[in-house]
Amino acid sequence: MRRLELRIGPVSFRIGSAWAGPLDQLECLYAGYPAAEAPCDFTVRLEPARPWRRFLRPSVAIAGDYWLPDTAPLPLSLGLLAAEMGMNLQMALGQRRYLLLHAAAVEREGRALLITGPSGAGKSTLAALLGERGWRFMGDEFALVGLDDGLLHAFPRAVSLKNEALALFPDVAPERLGPLLEGTPKGTIRHLRPNDEAVARMDQPASPALILFPRFDRELEPAVRPVGAAEVFVRLTQASTNYVALAEPGFAALTRLVTNVPGRAIDYATGEQAVALVERLWEEVR
Amino acid sequence: MAGPRFVADPPEAARTVALETLTAFYHAPSGTTHILAPPAPQILEALAGRPGEADEVLARIGERFELASDDAPAAIAARLAELEAAGLVRRA
Repeated sequence: MRRLELRIGPVSFRIGSAWAGPLDQLECLYAGYPAAEAPCDFTVRLEPARPWRRFLRPSVAIAGDYWLPDTAPLPLSLGLLAAEMGMNLQMALGQRRYLLLHAAAVEREGRALLITGPSGAGKSTLAALLGERGWRFMGDEFALVGLDDGLLHAFPRAVSLKNEALALFPDVAPERLGPLLEGTPKGTIRHLRPNDEAVARMDQPASPALILFPRFDRELEPAVRPVGAAEVFVRLTQASTNYVALAEPGFAALTRLVTNVPGRAIDYATGEQAVALVERLWEEVR
Repeated sequence: MAGPRFVADPPEAARTVALETLTAFYHAPSGTTHILAPPAPQILEALAGRPGEADEVLARIGERFELASDDAPAAIAARLAELEAAGLVRRA
Protein backbone atom coordinates (compact mmCIF):
# COMPACT_ATOMS: atom_id res chain seq x y z
CA MET A 1 0.00 0.00 0.00
CA ARG A 2 1.40 3.41 -0.99
CA ARG A 3 1.31 6.20 1.55
CA LEU A 4 1.20 9.99 1.62
CA GLU A 5 1.47 12.14 4.72
CA LEU A 6 0.00 15.59 4.71
CA ARG A 7 -0.54 18.38 7.21
CA ILE A 8 -3.42 20.79 6.77
CA GLY A 9 -3.42 23.49 9.43
CA PRO A 10 -3.15 21.81 12.83
CA VAL A 11 -4.29 18.39 11.59
CA SER A 12 -2.09 15.75 9.99
CA PHE A 13 -3.23 12.81 7.90
CA ARG A 14 -1.65 9.61 6.70
CA ILE A 15 -3.35 8.44 3.55
CA GLY A 16 -2.72 4.97 2.22
CA SER A 17 -4.01 3.61 -1.04
CA ALA A 18 -4.00 0.27 -2.81
CA TRP A 19 -3.71 2.21 -6.09
CA ALA A 20 -1.10 4.81 -7.06
CA GLY A 21 -3.53 7.02 -9.04
CA PRO A 22 -5.49 8.70 -6.23
CA LEU A 23 -2.30 9.44 -4.26
CA ASP A 24 -0.57 10.91 -7.32
CA GLN A 25 -3.54 13.22 -7.82
CA LEU A 26 -3.59 14.10 -4.13
CA GLU A 27 0.14 14.87 -4.18
CA CYS A 28 -0.35 17.25 -7.14
CA LEU A 29 -3.36 18.92 -5.57
CA TYR A 30 -1.58 19.49 -2.27
CA ALA A 31 1.82 20.43 -3.73
CA GLY A 32 3.56 22.88 -1.39
CA TYR A 33 1.76 21.72 1.76
CA PRO A 34 3.98 20.87 4.73
CA ALA A 35 4.88 17.28 5.57
CA ALA A 36 3.06 15.74 8.49
CA GLU A 37 4.80 15.58 11.82
CA ALA A 38 4.61 12.05 13.18
CA PRO A 39 2.50 10.67 14.66
CA CYS A 40 -0.34 11.63 12.35
CA ASP A 41 -3.69 12.56 13.88
CA PHE A 42 -5.73 10.47 11.45
CA THR A 43 -5.27 7.60 9.04
CA VAL A 44 -7.28 7.14 5.84
CA ARG A 45 -7.04 4.01 3.72
CA LEU A 46 -8.37 3.49 0.22
CA GLU A 47 -8.88 -0.21 -0.24
CA PRO A 48 -10.58 -2.47 -2.77
CA ALA A 49 -14.21 -3.08 -1.77
CA ARG A 50 -13.42 -6.81 -2.41
CA PRO A 51 -9.94 -8.25 -3.08
CA TRP A 52 -10.58 -8.78 -6.81
CA ARG A 53 -12.00 -5.26 -7.13
CA ARG A 54 -8.44 -3.97 -6.98
CA PHE A 55 -8.11 -4.96 -10.64
CA LEU A 56 -11.56 -5.80 -11.95
CA ARG A 57 -13.79 -2.67 -12.25
CA PRO A 58 -11.71 -1.17 -9.42
CA SER A 59 -13.90 -0.03 -6.56
CA VAL A 60 -12.57 2.16 -3.74
CA ALA A 61 -13.79 1.66 -0.18
CA ILE A 62 -12.88 4.26 2.45
CA ALA A 63 -11.39 2.95 5.68
CA GLY A 64 -9.39 4.50 8.50
CA ASP A 65 -9.43 5.28 12.21
CA TYR A 66 -13.10 6.22 11.92
CA TRP A 67 -15.52 5.00 9.33
CA LEU A 68 -19.21 4.58 8.62
CA PRO A 69 -20.42 1.06 7.78
CA ASP A 70 -22.74 2.13 4.97
CA THR A 71 -20.37 4.34 2.96
CA ALA A 72 -20.78 3.17 -0.63
CA PRO A 73 -17.53 2.41 -2.50
CA LEU A 74 -16.58 4.70 -5.38
CA PRO A 75 -15.15 3.84 -8.80
CA LEU A 76 -11.38 4.29 -9.07
CA SER A 77 -11.93 7.32 -11.34
CA LEU A 78 -13.25 9.07 -8.20
CA GLY A 79 -10.35 7.90 -6.01
CA LEU A 80 -9.32 11.48 -5.25
CA LEU A 81 -12.85 12.22 -4.03
CA ALA A 82 -12.69 9.08 -1.87
CA ALA A 83 -9.48 10.39 -0.25
CA GLU A 84 -11.10 13.78 0.39
CA MET A 85 -14.22 12.13 1.81
CA GLY A 86 -12.03 9.92 3.96
CA MET A 87 -10.28 12.96 5.44
CA ASN A 88 -13.66 14.65 6.09
CA LEU A 89 -14.92 11.52 7.79
CA GLN A 90 -11.96 11.34 10.16
CA MET A 91 -12.47 14.97 11.12
CA ALA A 92 -16.25 14.72 11.51
CA LEU A 93 -16.11 11.58 13.63
CA GLY A 94 -12.80 11.89 15.44
CA GLN A 95 -11.82 15.53 15.97
CA ARG A 96 -11.90 16.44 19.67
CA ARG A 97 -9.33 19.24 19.98
CA TYR A 98 -11.48 21.88 18.31
CA LEU A 99 -15.14 22.72 18.02
CA LEU A 100 -15.80 21.72 14.44
CA LEU A 101 -18.23 23.80 12.41
CA HIS A 102 -19.35 22.87 8.94
CA ALA A 103 -18.37 26.27 7.59
CA ALA A 104 -16.03 28.09 5.25
CA ALA A 105 -13.76 30.84 6.53
CA VAL A 106 -11.65 33.70 5.20
CA GLU A 107 -9.48 36.24 7.01
CA ARG A 108 -8.43 39.84 6.66
CA GLU A 109 -6.24 41.84 9.08
CA GLY A 110 -6.29 39.04 11.63
CA ARG A 111 -10.09 38.86 11.75
CA ALA A 112 -12.10 35.99 10.34
CA LEU A 113 -15.39 35.77 8.47
CA LEU A 114 -17.25 32.48 9.03
CA ILE A 115 -19.62 31.36 6.28
CA THR A 116 -22.05 28.62 7.15
CA GLY A 117 -25.31 27.17 5.88
CA PRO A 118 -26.74 24.12 4.16
CA SER A 119 -25.18 22.46 1.15
CA GLY A 120 -25.84 24.57 -1.94
CA ALA A 121 -25.80 27.89 -0.07
CA GLY A 122 -22.53 28.73 -1.81
CA LYS A 123 -20.10 28.54 1.11
CA SER A 124 -17.22 27.03 -0.86
CA THR A 125 -17.60 29.22 -3.92
CA LEU A 126 -17.91 32.41 -1.89
CA ALA A 127 -14.89 31.59 0.28
CA ALA A 128 -12.83 30.68 -2.80
CA LEU A 129 -13.89 33.89 -4.58
CA LEU A 130 -12.93 36.00 -1.57
CA GLY A 131 -9.67 34.04 -1.34
CA GLU A 132 -8.75 35.30 -4.82
CA ARG A 133 -9.73 38.89 -3.97
CA GLY A 134 -7.55 40.01 -1.12
CA TRP A 135 -8.82 37.78 1.66
CA ARG A 136 -6.89 34.86 3.06
CA PHE A 137 -8.70 31.57 2.45
CA MET A 138 -8.86 29.53 5.68
CA GLY A 139 -11.03 26.61 4.58
CA ASP A 140 -14.27 25.69 2.84
CA GLU A 141 -15.36 22.57 4.69
CA PHE A 142 -14.59 22.77 8.40
CA ALA A 143 -13.90 25.75 10.62
CA LEU A 144 -11.92 24.83 13.74
CA VAL A 145 -12.73 26.88 16.84
CA GLY A 146 -10.13 26.60 19.60
CA LEU A 147 -11.67 25.31 22.83
CA ASP A 148 -9.30 27.38 24.97
CA ASP A 149 -8.56 30.47 22.89
CA GLY A 150 -11.81 30.84 20.92
CA LEU A 151 -9.73 31.56 17.83
CA LEU A 152 -10.47 30.24 14.40
CA HIS A 153 -7.76 27.87 13.15
CA ALA A 154 -7.24 27.46 9.42
CA PHE A 155 -7.92 24.16 7.71
CA PRO A 156 -7.32 25.12 4.07
CA ARG A 157 -8.19 21.97 2.19
CA ALA A 158 -8.55 21.98 -1.59
CA VAL A 159 -11.87 23.62 -2.51
CA SER A 160 -14.44 21.35 -4.09
CA LEU A 161 -16.05 23.42 -6.87
CA LYS A 162 -19.01 22.45 -8.99
CA ASN A 163 -18.08 22.53 -12.65
CA GLU A 164 -20.33 25.52 -13.39
CA ALA A 165 -18.67 27.53 -10.59
CA LEU A 166 -15.28 27.16 -12.29
CA ALA A 167 -16.26 29.92 -14.74
CA LEU A 168 -15.95 32.33 -11.81
CA PHE A 169 -12.20 31.58 -11.62
CA PRO A 170 -10.86 32.31 -15.11
CA ASP A 171 -7.46 33.50 -13.89
CA VAL A 172 -6.28 30.67 -11.64
CA ALA A 173 -3.19 28.80 -12.79
CA PRO A 174 -4.12 25.42 -14.31
CA GLU A 175 -1.71 23.57 -11.99
CA ARG A 176 -3.92 24.59 -9.06
CA LEU A 177 -6.81 22.53 -10.46
CA GLY A 178 -7.39 18.83 -9.82
CA PRO A 179 -8.80 16.42 -12.39
CA LEU A 180 -12.39 16.71 -13.59
CA LEU A 181 -14.46 14.32 -11.45
CA GLU A 182 -17.67 13.27 -13.17
CA GLY A 183 -20.64 11.46 -11.65
CA THR A 184 -20.05 12.50 -8.03
CA PRO A 185 -23.00 12.98 -5.63
CA LYS A 186 -22.63 16.73 -6.36
CA GLY A 187 -22.40 16.26 -10.13
CA THR A 188 -19.22 17.16 -12.00
CA ILE A 189 -16.71 18.76 -9.65
CA ARG A 190 -13.14 19.93 -9.70
CA HIS A 191 -10.81 20.72 -6.82
CA LEU A 192 -8.95 24.02 -6.53
CA ARG A 193 -5.76 24.28 -4.50
CA PRO A 194 -5.84 27.33 -2.19
CA ASN A 195 -3.35 30.00 -3.24
CA ASP A 196 0.20 30.29 -1.91
CA GLU A 197 -0.74 32.79 0.80
CA ALA A 198 -3.42 30.45 2.21
CA VAL A 199 -0.89 27.61 2.41
CA ALA A 200 1.99 29.72 3.74
CA ARG A 201 -0.16 31.22 6.53
CA MET A 202 -2.13 28.10 7.49
CA ASP A 203 -0.65 28.12 11.00
CA GLN A 204 -1.92 31.61 11.78
CA PRO A 205 -5.27 31.60 13.60
CA ALA A 206 -7.67 34.55 13.41
CA SER A 207 -10.20 36.15 15.68
CA PRO A 208 -13.79 35.50 14.50
CA ALA A 209 -15.48 38.80 13.59
CA LEU A 210 -18.63 37.97 11.58
CA ILE A 211 -20.81 34.88 11.06
CA LEU A 212 -22.53 34.83 7.69
CA PHE A 213 -25.50 32.69 6.63
CA PRO A 214 -25.70 33.00 2.84
CA ARG A 215 -28.65 31.91 0.73
CA PHE A 216 -28.20 31.53 -2.99
CA ASP A 217 -30.86 31.44 -5.66
CA ARG A 218 -30.82 32.99 -9.14
CA GLU A 219 -34.25 34.54 -8.40
CA LEU A 220 -33.26 36.24 -5.13
CA GLU A 221 -32.88 39.99 -4.68
CA PRO A 222 -29.75 40.90 -2.69
CA ALA A 223 -30.71 41.34 0.97
CA VAL A 224 -29.21 41.41 4.46
CA ARG A 225 -30.88 40.43 7.72
CA PRO A 226 -29.39 40.43 11.23
CA VAL A 227 -29.42 37.02 12.96
CA GLY A 228 -29.75 37.09 16.74
CA ALA A 229 -27.35 35.27 19.06
CA ALA A 230 -29.91 32.59 20.03
CA GLU A 231 -30.61 31.76 16.38
CA VAL A 232 -26.90 31.74 15.54
CA PHE A 233 -26.33 29.41 18.48
CA VAL A 234 -29.01 26.95 17.37
CA ARG A 235 -27.88 27.02 13.74
CA LEU A 236 -24.25 26.44 14.71
CA THR A 237 -25.10 23.50 16.98
CA GLN A 238 -26.71 22.00 13.88
CA ALA A 239 -23.65 22.89 11.78
CA SER A 240 -21.23 21.27 14.24
CA THR A 241 -20.27 17.64 13.87
CA ASN A 242 -18.78 17.31 17.35
CA TYR A 243 -20.71 19.77 19.58
CA VAL A 244 -22.48 17.00 21.50
CA ALA A 245 -19.35 14.86 21.85
CA LEU A 246 -17.35 17.79 23.27
CA ALA A 247 -19.92 18.29 26.06
CA GLU A 248 -19.29 21.28 28.32
CA PRO A 249 -16.14 22.60 26.58
CA GLY A 250 -18.17 22.65 23.36
CA PHE A 251 -20.93 24.64 25.05
CA ALA A 252 -18.37 27.10 26.44
CA ALA A 253 -16.66 27.57 23.05
CA LEU A 254 -19.90 27.99 21.13
CA THR A 255 -21.57 30.39 23.58
CA ARG A 256 -18.39 32.48 23.64
CA LEU A 257 -18.42 32.62 19.84
CA VAL A 258 -22.07 33.63 19.48
CA THR A 259 -22.05 36.20 22.28
CA ASN A 260 -18.97 37.95 20.87
CA VAL A 261 -19.53 37.73 17.12
CA PRO A 262 -22.48 39.22 15.20
CA GLY A 263 -24.51 37.13 12.75
CA ARG A 264 -25.95 38.21 9.40
CA ALA A 265 -27.94 36.37 6.74
CA ILE A 266 -27.57 37.40 3.11
CA ASP A 267 -29.54 36.57 -0.02
CA TYR A 268 -27.74 36.72 -3.34
CA ALA A 269 -28.18 35.69 -6.95
CA THR A 270 -24.63 36.08 -8.27
CA GLY A 271 -21.11 35.75 -6.92
CA GLU A 272 -20.49 39.45 -7.55
CA GLN A 273 -23.49 40.39 -5.41
CA ALA A 274 -22.27 38.14 -2.59
CA VAL A 275 -18.77 39.64 -2.64
CA ALA A 276 -20.21 43.18 -2.61
CA LEU A 277 -22.51 42.33 0.34
CA VAL A 278 -19.62 40.80 2.27
CA GLU A 279 -17.41 43.86 1.71
CA ARG A 280 -20.22 46.15 2.88
CA LEU A 281 -20.99 44.08 6.00
CA TRP A 282 -17.30 43.82 6.82
CA GLU A 283 -17.04 47.60 6.91
CA GLU A 284 -20.08 47.76 9.21
CA VAL A 285 -18.65 45.35 11.81
CA ARG A 286 -15.17 46.90 11.91
CA MET B 1 -54.45 22.07 47.71
CA ALA B 2 -50.73 21.96 47.25
CA GLY B 3 -49.46 20.79 43.86
CA PRO B 4 -46.61 18.37 43.24
CA ARG B 5 -43.21 19.29 44.58
CA PHE B 6 -40.30 19.54 42.15
CA VAL B 7 -36.54 19.85 42.43
CA ALA B 8 -33.85 20.76 39.89
CA ASP B 9 -30.20 19.72 39.87
CA PRO B 10 -27.85 21.86 42.00
CA PRO B 11 -26.28 24.96 40.40
CA GLU B 12 -22.95 23.22 39.68
CA ALA B 13 -24.74 20.77 37.35
CA ALA B 14 -25.65 23.50 34.90
CA ARG B 15 -24.06 26.28 32.84
CA THR B 16 -26.14 29.16 31.61
CA VAL B 17 -25.36 31.88 29.09
CA ALA B 18 -27.77 34.70 28.22
CA LEU B 19 -28.45 35.00 24.49
CA GLU B 20 -30.44 38.22 24.19
CA THR B 21 -33.84 37.44 25.78
CA LEU B 22 -33.22 33.68 25.77
CA THR B 23 -30.86 31.52 27.80
CA ALA B 24 -28.59 28.75 26.57
CA PHE B 25 -28.69 26.12 29.32
CA TYR B 26 -26.20 23.25 29.44
CA HIS B 27 -27.36 20.40 31.66
CA ALA B 28 -24.23 18.45 32.60
CA PRO B 29 -25.89 15.26 33.98
CA SER B 30 -27.59 14.58 30.61
CA GLY B 31 -25.07 16.38 28.38
CA THR B 32 -27.94 18.20 26.67
CA THR B 33 -28.29 21.85 25.73
CA HIS B 34 -31.61 23.68 25.98
CA ILE B 35 -32.68 27.11 24.80
CA LEU B 36 -34.96 28.51 27.49
CA ALA B 37 -37.33 31.46 27.51
CA PRO B 38 -38.28 33.28 30.73
CA PRO B 39 -39.39 32.29 33.30
CA ALA B 40 -37.88 28.79 32.79
CA PRO B 41 -34.30 29.79 33.80
CA GLN B 42 -35.66 31.57 36.90
CA ILE B 43 -37.72 28.49 37.84
CA LEU B 44 -34.64 26.25 37.51
CA GLU B 45 -32.64 28.63 39.64
CA ALA B 46 -35.38 28.72 42.29
CA LEU B 47 -35.49 24.90 42.42
CA ALA B 48 -31.75 24.20 42.15
CA GLY B 49 -31.19 21.76 45.01
CA ARG B 50 -34.24 23.22 46.86
CA PRO B 51 -37.51 21.28 46.41
CA GLY B 52 -40.71 23.27 46.15
CA GLU B 53 -44.19 23.35 44.62
CA ALA B 54 -45.52 25.97 42.21
CA ASP B 55 -46.54 28.54 44.86
CA GLU B 56 -43.15 28.31 46.57
CA VAL B 57 -41.41 28.70 43.22
CA LEU B 58 -43.49 31.80 42.60
CA ALA B 59 -42.62 33.20 46.01
CA ARG B 60 -38.89 32.55 45.50
CA ILE B 61 -38.90 34.16 42.08
CA GLY B 62 -41.04 37.03 43.40
CA GLU B 63 -38.30 37.90 45.91
CA ARG B 64 -36.08 38.96 43.00
CA PHE B 65 -38.39 39.64 40.07
CA GLU B 66 -41.63 41.48 39.70
CA LEU B 67 -44.27 39.17 38.29
CA ALA B 68 -46.96 41.21 36.63
CA SER B 69 -49.36 38.55 35.46
CA ASP B 70 -52.49 37.60 37.45
CA ASP B 71 -52.33 34.01 36.27
CA ALA B 72 -48.68 33.60 37.29
CA PRO B 73 -49.37 30.46 39.41
CA ALA B 74 -50.95 28.69 36.41
CA ALA B 75 -48.08 29.80 34.16
CA ILE B 76 -45.50 28.49 36.64
CA ALA B 77 -47.33 25.15 36.87
CA ALA B 78 -47.39 24.88 33.06
CA ARG B 79 -43.65 25.67 32.80
CA LEU B 80 -42.91 23.10 35.54
CA ALA B 81 -44.71 20.44 33.50
CA GLU B 82 -42.60 21.37 30.44
CA LEU B 83 -39.37 21.34 32.43
CA GLU B 84 -40.29 17.93 33.86
CA ALA B 85 -40.90 16.59 30.33
CA ALA B 86 -37.49 18.00 29.27
CA GLY B 87 -35.83 16.22 32.21
CA LEU B 88 -34.68 19.44 33.87
CA VAL B 89 -36.83 19.10 37.00
CA ARG B 90 -38.12 15.97 38.72
CA ARG B 91 -40.66 15.19 41.40
CA ALA B 92 -39.21 15.71 44.85
